[in-house]
Amino acid sequence: MIQYIFIAFIILTILSAGVVLWSKNVLYAAFSLLLTFLGIAALYVLAGADFLAITQILVYVGGILVLLIFGVMLTNQKGNKQNGQNNIFTESTNRLVGLMVAGGVFSLLFYTFARARFVDIQSNLFEIVEPSATTKSIGIQLMTNFVLPFEASGILLMATLIGAAYLSKKV
Amino acid sequence: MDNSFLSYYLLTSALLFSIGLAVVVTKRNVIVVLMGIELMLNAVNLNLVAFSKNDPDLQGQMFSLFVIVVAVCESVVALAIILKAYEYFKTVNLDEISEVKEA
Repeated sequence: MIQYIFIAFIILTILSAGVVLWSKNVLYAAFSLLLTFLGIAALYVLAGADFLAITQILVYVGGILVLLIFGVMLTNQKGNKQNGQNNIFTESTNRLVGLMVAGGVFSLLFYTFARARFVDIQSNLFEIVEPSATTKSIGIQLMTNFVLPFEASGILLMATLIGAAYLSKKV
Repeated sequence: MDNSFLSYYLLTSALLFSIGLAVVVTKRNVIVVLMGIELMLNAVNLNLVAFSKNDPDLQGQMFSLFVIVVAVCESVVALAIILKAYEYFKTVNLDEISEVKEA
C-alpha cells in the first residue's frame, strides 16, 4: 500500500515540476511549484524526516512561494493591456540548448547513480530502521555538533534582512 | 519501510535537478528562473534526506536544513534585486537587462 502512495507522490512531484518547465504562464508555473513542494514534503515524510517535511511546508510553501507570487505581481504592474487579459507570460529562448544541457546532466547523474555501490559506503543502508520522531535529535544536534553553522546561519539571516530592506527601499 | 526505495529517490532528484536546470537555461522571466533554482535546491535536499534515513546522527537532514536557510536568504535578496532592476529597466526579461551601469 505504502509503495503506491510513494509512487503517486513521485509522479505528482515530477509532473508538477514538468508543468513549471512547459507552462508559459508564470502564475501557472508558481502554483504548480506549490504542488512540487508539497510532493517533496510528502517524500520527506516517507523517508522518515518529519521535522524537515514541516520545515519544507512552512518555509517553501508559506514563505518562498508567496514571495515569488508577490514578485510576479509587483513586476507586472502594466499587465497585458494590448490583448485585454491579465495573464502573464514568460518567453523562452534556446530551447534546444536547454534540453540538451538538462538531458546531458540527467544522463550523467543516471549513469553515476546506476554504477555507484552505496552499500560500500554505508553498510546499514538497506536495513529496516524503526521510524522515530527526529525533532529531539535535530535539536540536540543543533546545539552540540552543529552550533557553529547554526550561529552562522543566524548571522546570515540578519544580514539578509538588513540587505533586503536596504535594497528594496525607495530612493 | 526499508530503504530499498533509495534508487527511486535518486531518480526523482536527478529528474527534478534536470528540470530545474532546463527552466534556468530556457526561461527568460527572472521569477521563473528563480523557481528553477529552487527546484534544483530541492532536488539536492531530497538526496540528502534519502541518504540520511539510516543515519542515527541525521547529518544529511541537518545539512539540508542549512541548505533551506541559505535558499531562503538567496531568494529574498534575489527578489529585492529584481524589484530594483524592474524599477530601472521596466522589464523582467533577462535578455533586455543587459547592462550593469548606464554607459
